[in-house]
Amino acid sequence: MEVKTLTCIRCPMGCLMSVHVENNKVVSVSGNTCKRGDTYAKKEVTDPVRTVTSTIKVSGGDIAQVSCKTSTDVKKDRVMDVMRALKGVKTTAPVSIGDVLIKDVAGTGVDIIATKDIRKINRK
Amino acid sequence: MREYDVVVIGGGPAGLAACICVKEKGIDSVLILERENQLGGILNQCIHNGFGLHTFKEELTGPEYAKRFIDRAEELSIEYKLNTTVTDISTDKIVSYMNSTEGFVQIKAGAIILAMGCRERPRGALNIPGLRPAGIYSAGTAQRLVNMDGFMPGREVVILGSGDIGLIMARRMTLEGAKVNVVAEIMPYSGGLKRNIVQCLDDFNIPLKLSHTVVKIEGKERVEGVVLAKVDENLLPIAGSEEHYSCDTLLLSVGLIPENEISKSTGITLSNITNGPVVNDSFETSIPGIFACGNVLHVHDLVDFVCEEAKAAGKHAVKYLKTSKNVGAFDIKIKTSNGVRYTVPQFINPEDMDDKVVIRFRVANIYKDMYESIYVDDRRVIHKKRQILAPGEMETLNIKKSDVAGASSVLVTLEEN
Repeated sequence: MEVKTLTCIRCPMGCLMSVHVENNKVVSVSGNTCKRGDTYAKKEVTDPVRTVTSTIKVSGGDIAQVSCKTSTDVKKDRVMDVMRALKGVKTTAPVSIGDVLIKDVAGTGVDIIATKDIRKINRK
Repeated sequence: MREYDVVVIGGGPAGLAACICVKEKGIDSVLILERENQLGGILNQCIHNGFGLHTFKEELTGPEYAKRFIDRAEELSIEYKLNTTVTDISTDKIVSYMNSTEGFVQIKAGAIILAMGCRERPRGALNIPGLRPAGIYSAGTAQRLVNMDGFMPGREVVILGSGDIGLIMARRMTLEGAKVNVVAEIMPYSGGLKRNIVQCLDDFNIPLKLSHTVVKIEGKERVEGVVLAKVDENLLPIAGSEEHYSCDTLLLSVGLIPENEISKSTGITLSNITNGPVVNDSFETSIPGIFACGNVLHVHDLVDFVCEEAKAAGKHAVKYLKTSKNVGAFDIKIKTSNGVRYTVPQFINPEDMDDKVVIRFRVANIYKDMYESIYVDDRRVIHKKRQILAPGEMETLNIKKSDVAGASSVLVTLEEN
C-alpha cells in the first residue's frame, strides 16, 4: 500500500492529508477536517483537475480586458492547452458575468465564461 | 456644507460591506468615496478563484465576489463617487476630497468609516544593492498590468517573497507563457497560504527557496539577473552561498502596509505593529466617530474576514450615530505574550461590548501543537488546541461578554498545554 501526502487546496485552511492508495484505488483519506478534503484527495491522486482563470481582450468596453474562467474544472494536464486556446481571442462589449466567451475550449468540453461585467462605451 | 450621516473612505470590499450594513440599518444618508474608476478595490485585479467559500459557500473569482457587493450597494441606492481622492479628514469629521467634475469639496460627516486598504512594501524598504534598471515590480503592480491592462512585464522571472500575491503571480506569469525560475523567501517559512504553494508553485514545478534572499540585482537598463544567497538565523546572507539566476523581471512580494497617511494627519493613534489604527471592540479609532475596518486596520489573508469585520464596524458606526457618544471606551488594553504579536481590537470595554467579540491576531513564528488561550484576570476562559500556527495565517478567537464581566485585565497568549 502506498501513502501519499497532500495539502488540500479546497479552502484556505490547507489541511495536510494522508491518502492511502492500493492498486490505484484510494482506500482511505485522513487529516482532512471536512468532506471537501476527502473528495479533493480522492480526485487529486486519481484524476487531478483545476479551474483555469485568465483574461480575454475586449473592444468597445470601459475596461480593456474581461476576466474569465473555465465553467467547471478541467484536467490538470490540459491547463496549458486551455491557456493556448485563449491567445488572440477577442470579444466585444457589453459582457455580463456568466456569458460564454469560448464554447468547448481546447476540446475539453468545458466553456470559458466571463467573471466580470463590461459596459459598452461610445468612443468618439 | 453638504452633510452625510456616514462617509466611507474607499469602495473596496471593506468599504462596500460597511456601507451596506449602515444602509441596511436604516441610515439613508451615506456616501462612499473611491479613488479608482470602479468599485470593488483590489478584488478587480484578483481574477483567480478561491474567494467566498466562507461567506457564499461557493468558490468565486475576485471580480465575481466584488459584484455581489456592488449589486447590493446599487440595490440599496448607496451614493458613491468614483475617481475621487480624499485629501484630508479633520477631527470634527470634515472630509475634503477632489475630483475632476466637482473640484475641491468639503463635506461634514456624522461618522466616518476608514476602508482605504493597504499597499505593497516597495523595493526601497529592502535595501537590495544594485542599480535601478527597468524590470523590478511589486507583485501587485505586475498583477494589475497583466490582469487589467493586458501587459506582460517580462518573460523570465524571479520572485522575492512568498506572500500570496507573489505565489498567485508565479502561476499567472507561467500561464501567460513566462518562465518563473525561482521564488526566494528570506524567512524559513512561507508567508502565503499553503494551498497557494501547492496550486501556484508545485503544480508548475517552480522551486521555493526558503531562507534565501536577493543580494544583488544585475543589469543597467533592464534587469539581466539576480544573485540569491542563503541567510543565517539572523537573516544575514551567508558568504559563499551565492547563486546566480538569469531573469529580465524581479517581482517583489514582500509584505503589505495599511495605507494610513490620511489617518496619521488626522491624528488617529496608529499601532506600530499593525501600522493600522488602534481600535476598541467597536472598531472605533482614538477619535470618536471615526471607525476603521479591512486592510487599512490590519492586513488580512481572506476577504471574507474583511467583510465580516467591516459589517461590525458599520453596525457600531450606526450605534454611534444613534447614541451620539463614544460607543466603546478604551477600558482594557488586551495584552499579548508568548508569540502573539498583536490583537485587533487592541482594547475591549466589558460594559458596552457585544455579547460576542471576535479577537483576531497573528503569531510571530511557526508553532506546532499549541493552545491559544485567553486569560481574564487570572482565569483562563479560552483554551483552544491548534495543530499548526503560522505568521501568514490570521487566527481568531471569540470572547464572550459574560467572560469579561467585571474584569480588569485580558491576555491573549500561546501555551504548550
